[in-house]
Amino acid sequence: MTSVRDATSVDPGHAAASDTNGTVSGVTRTGPRPERVPVRPRELTGTDIVTIIGCFASALSLSWLVFTVLTGGIGWLGFGLATFVVFLVLVFVVTAETMGVTAATDRVATAVVVSAAVLLLVPLVWLVGYVIVKGLPGLTAHFFFEDQRGVTPILPSTAGGGSHAIVGTLQQVGLALVWALPLGVLAAVFLNESRSRWRRPVRIFVDAMSGLPSVIAGLFIFAVLILPYAKQIKVFSYNGFMASLALAMMMLPTITRTVEVVLRLVPDGLREASLAMGSSRARTVWSVVLPTARTGITTAVVLGVARAVGETAPLLFTAFGADLMNSNPFNGPQESLPLFVYRNIRKPDPSAISRGFTGALVLMMLVIGLFALARYIGRDRSGRKNKRRRKELLPTLGDQPSIGSEHS
Amino acid sequence: MIDITQAEPVVHADAGGKPPIELIGGPPIGAATIEARDACAWFGDRLVLEDVNLVMPAGHVTALIGPSGCGKSTFIRMLNRMHELVPSAALSGEVLLDGADIYERGMRAQDVRMRVGMVFQKPNPFPAMSIRDNVLAGLKLARIKCKDKDGLVEQSLVRASLWREVRDRLDSPGGALSGGQQQRLCIARSLAVHPNVLLMDEPCSALDPTSTGRVEETIAELRGQVTVVIVTHNMQQAHRVSDACAFFLAAENEPGRVVEQGPTQKLFSAPDDPRTLAYVEGRFG
Repeated sequence: MTSVRDATSVDPGHAAASDTNGTVSGVTRTGPRPERVPVRPRELTGTDIVTIIGCFASALSLSWLVFTVLTGGIGWLGFGLATFVVFLVLVFVVTAETMGVTAATDRVATAVVVSAAVLLLVPLVWLVGYVIVKGLPGLTAHFFFEDQRGVTPILPSTAGGGSHAIVGTLQQVGLALVWALPLGVLAAVFLNESRSRWRRPVRIFVDAMSGLPSVIAGLFIFAVLILPYAKQIKVFSYNGFMASLALAMMMLPTITRTVEVVLRLVPDGLREASLAMGSSRARTVWSVVLPTARTGITTAVVLGVARAVGETAPLLFTAFGADLMNSNPFNGPQESLPLFVYRNIRKPDPSAISRGFTGALVLMMLVIGLFALARYIGRDRSGRKNKRRRKELLPTLGDQPSIGSEHS
Repeated sequence: MIDITQAEPVVHADAGGKPPIELIGGPPIGAATIEARDACAWFGDRLVLEDVNLVMPAGHVTALIGPSGCGKSTFIRMLNRMHELVPSAALSGEVLLDGADIYERGMRAQDVRMRVGMVFQKPNPFPAMSIRDNVLAGLKLARIKCKDKDGLVEQSLVRASLWREVRDRLDSPGGALSGGQQQRLCIARSLAVHPNVLLMDEPCSALDPTSTGRVEETIAELRGQVTVVIVTHNMQQAHRVSDACAFFLAAENEPGRVVEQGPTQKLFSAPDDPRTLAYVEGRFG
């Protein structure tokens, strides 16, 4: 068993609680220490784990006996449910026998919650795993450097690559960001900093827009710009620029709402402080509110990009898709990763389908990378830095430390 | 109108040994007298402050005392046109800054606020800026130019008695300071634009006694250079820092009024009104 000194370093609360001799923990003693066992009442012991495994095995066997051997069977779903219910009953009965009804109820509730969490993870892991298994064989370095030039249906899935799709995605999403970010930030500033009575209708529109089916965004650009003007104006035809406009429509509500939320988090005291020094409202927003919300706005950008990067429908009638590299987003049809997936998976030959899954894998990695980036940027860097500084300051100043801790 | 102070304050023209750093486009140099005439304030239809007549002479420290909800903060916010930022707020009467009504048509709220600075109850340094940028924030925000920015940073921090504590880390974030230091940083930030009047709305209520002491020292050093108007719930503080006092009181469901005003010594030792005596002796409020 762990000695008292170890227990204290691990969990001082328990060491103090288990100190039954009436001495205050932390007092140095010279005599021999009595053996004390720190107890963590909620921790699973080896016996508990064996019990749970035993219960599960019994439940499985019982279900198998009843539903497979004795009766005609009830299908895998019914079998699983029956096993789970029997398992819960067994856990309850066995735990109640040894530890009482309260502990048994606790165990059963824990079992239910943990099972629900595992159940929730199953589709996610399945989906990601499926795409990885299907897409990984086609993923070679070529994929990032070659397009589909000279690729015929009889070639294997590793032939050619998706560089044209990656370039297209980056250009279209980048351009969409250029349109959507200023508009989104302006709309958020309007919603949060102005006193206009149009805020409510605008907010409702933004909410409605976030529910806009993405195919409509593409259709809108197609019907309003491409269809009437394609013959007269060259830039209004199938190209990456049109796609970026459609994607910007998808990004705009995400960016607006996210930025609005982070602007709302900026304390009013800062606005007042700025105004009290003779600043105009516009200047206050530009020099105080937006810089304070900087990390939040960066997060909004990444979320907006992640929202748009996987969209296929808005690109169908705008970027149109192409098999060859087209690095000019303003002229000619352009491929993008979602379109690459969509177009390849519909082809009849297995190598193209496999190529489509490779595209899906790359797209997924891109989105996961973007979310990781968002978390990285959005983490509270200033707070951590301040904490460190606080520790350095405290001994010398003896003053109450800063940020948030002194108020409220 | 009676001048509520008899004693002339000692005016330090060159406080800290140096003349103020020159600003281009800033407020005029020196302290200014600020005076309220028949000032009333409403929130929505509710009258919260009625007929305040008060002169806060140039270079003096005037303390506004009284229980919560009697309109002190509302009154102080009327003095630099922050009151009107509350959506339902309304007001009447005049506020004269060196004789000119700040609520006159054609008077820009921004210019008024540049001349009448404010320190808030809760320290609010700009978290995205360094200590140095915090002090200089007023220049950027009010579009004032200054050739000697380093000098201005030092002078402002010296006047707020914060210089010695932060001179080695002017580039670290303002939010990393302790509460008391943050409040003095906010004072330095207000002082950097050379306001004629400095309003302080319970500047020490979020601070511990040591920090409060430092802020009070700062106020004492500002006497003569800037007109200081301070709202405080702390009787001892009002007694210590102010030249003159005004006692605000609001009866139940009635607007706040100034019950008594006069030199601090008189108000604390021999007030005319029994309610003032009761309040300064701590018998209510």
